[in-house]
Amino acid sequence: MNEPLLGGMAQTALDRPGPLLRRGNTNCGGCGMSNLLQMLGHAAADRSLQLMVPASCAAVCGGIFPFSTFDAPTLMTTFAAGSSFASGAATVARLNGEDTRVVCLAGDGGTYDIGIGSLSAAAERNEDVLYLCYDNEIYGNTGGQRSSATPSGAVASNLPRGKAEPKKDVLAIMAAHHVPYAASLSLAHADDTIRKLRYALDLSGFRFLVVLSPCPTGWKSEPALGMELVRLAVRSGLYPVLEIFDGKRTVINIEPDFSDEALDMYLSLQRRFQRSGVNAAALRPELDRLWQDLRARSGRIVPARRGV
Amino acid sequence: MTVQLLSANHAAALAATLAGRANRTGRGFCSGVYPITPSTECAEYLCLQEIEKGRVVRVESEHSAMGVCIGASASGARAFTVTASNGLAYMAENCIVAASLRLPIVLVVANRTIGPPWNLWTDHGDALLLRDAGIIQLFCADNQEVFDSVLAAFRLAEDAAVMMPVMVCMDGFILSHASAPTEIPSQEQVDRFLPPAVVPHRLGQGSHTLGQIEVPHQTEVHRLQHHAAMLGVPERYAAVQEAFAAVFGRRMPDALDTYRTEDADALVVSMGTIGATAERAVDILRARGQRVGAVRVRMFRPLPAEALRRVFAGRWRIAVIDRDVSLGFGGVLWGEVRALADTGAVVQNYLAGLGGGDVRPEHIIGMLDDLLPRREAGVPELVEAG
Repeated sequence: MNEPLLGGMAQTALDRPGPLLRRGNTNCGGCGMSNLLQMLGHAAADRSLQLMVPASCAAVCGGIFPFSTFDAPTLMTTFAAGSSFASGAATVARLNGEDTRVVCLAGDGGTYDIGIGSLSAAAERNEDVLYLCYDNEIYGNTGGQRSSATPSGAVASNLPRGKAEPKKDVLAIMAAHHVPYAASLSLAHADDTIRKLRYALDLSGFRFLVVLSPCPTGWKSEPALGMELVRLAVRSGLYPVLEIFDGKRTVINIEPDFSDEALDMYLSLQRRFQRSGVNAAALRPELDRLWQDLRARSGRIVPARRGV
Repeated sequence: MTVQLLSANHAAALAATLAGRANRTGRGFCSGVYPITPSTECAEYLCLQEIEKGRVVRVESEHSAMGVCIGASASGARAFTVTASNGLAYMAENCIVAASLRLPIVLVVANRTIGPPWNLWTDHGDALLLRDAGIIQLFCADNQEVFDSVLAAFRLAEDAAVMMPVMVCMDGFILSHASAPTEIPSQEQVDRFLPPAVVPHRLGQGSHTLGQIEVPHQTEVHRLQHHAAMLGVPERYAAVQEAFAAVFGRRMPDALDTYRTEDADALVVSMGTIGATAERAVDILRARGQRVGAVRVRMFRPLPAEALRRVFAGRWRIAVIDRDVSLGFGGVLWGEVRALADTGAVVQNYLAGLGGGDVRPEHIIGMLDDLLPRREAGVPELVEAG
């Protein structure tokens, strides 16, 4: 293995012969889901995959009949029932002794909102499903309406003044189901992401992964800056990158430096935050509380900002 | 073959169990279930069975119950679920997906009034919501028919020329909760009747997407293929009847079940258990010298239109009983069959047993007394059967 060369994305002998997300797909330039699928394809290597995709940009990206964008058997599901379709497919794979990894690839609308009932139920039943949420914090496919993943201060196409309420903490919700594995992934930290994807692919039971996924179209940001935006979100502490085992053990994977400069840069590079005028000073007290809680849960009392 | 005293709920579940076990040499059996009165006992019974290479998933909603079935069927397994009333309405989106993906899932519906008003009793309005979805619909008149229909539904759904879901309807409580002696075949017989399920378009290893975007002309072609397959169902159903008789030694009722219609001047048309009651009413009227006959539409989708036309030919008085109402129109069955009668025939609609009212022979005799002197049909009449 040549890793971690090229940020963990180096080719190996076990790699898939072709990309999981094929050329000619309809994703916007700079779409985080495109990056995620490249990483998933690389992490999966020679493992057999099946994709379950509820209504989302990924379902559109899947291609027009009879073409398939994804280099894996794919079932497009109803918006609210991705986890249920995946439960059925995973059940039959296990009944037949197949080691196919059933991956449910859903956006934040299909995860945080309309799909959370079936997601919660599948997690509680500990179905043998890898649930992968690419979270662009809006209903991107329908033109950028607010979801419960939209952060406070961001405008949406149906929310011109910006959202007042904070983003739903879906990772905590899923961890509270005591699933074997729940983690947040940073597209800007490929080696950590590939490691987590591989770990999740090889685990059995319900695995929940959420990925902050830049959406230049909805975030009103420069497509080439997606990775930089994710890096700033991680660095500033806005987007904690962590993993939770069995809902008990929390491990923080990437230590932020809690830079207000990074946070202000993150906000100012996206026009969605312009209108509300939200800034680092406004967000910091809540982030401090969030991290205090994370420190307590991870059992590592090493606050970067002492005196908080 | 043994005879067991079973409610139709338990009979349906036992049929699904035998069908599930029969697929142990195939890709197995999977069922998603969620409780709702009056179908709950069917799911409960299924959950208590040992099914080799099978799993029953206790999900959080009817929508997910069908979701699990779709995932399983798209992976090549035999799939089954059961629901009723508002549960079917909640499941509807995924029922339509199951149909459009051409997956051979069997769904039992214990017909119940859709609320509000909250009402537990039988009404066909729930199943009729999905009339146009591309799902075969069978309405049963007794427990044995429910058992037989569930077994036959798998064979019909999995027929390569059919390949679509089948909904088996039984009147809530009247059948679902009434016990009757039911002939139960052996597993070996069911194995012979139901060879391992083959879903030709199931997810395999290669790149293959189910349920993706299509442009208008592709959608048109797929809709017409589904429609053509639907129109071919009566013929395939006849083949299933023959196979059923060959294996089990008894005959399953026709798509259109007729009773003493050969020399009848007047007919009474209905679905479900009212069809059995109508036969008693016919016997009573025949004893009085009136030449009447009963027609039970067992297969509502696809509608056996040719068979109906043949039985309607030359009859000038036809009563159509609906245990449902399409508000602002009238009975759904009446709307479907009235154009199949001869020109000038009086086809009168009676709405009876809505919300579970007990329709007895005297109600049906009353309808025929009203029908026979009529010179022309009027608006649909409500017959109160409290």
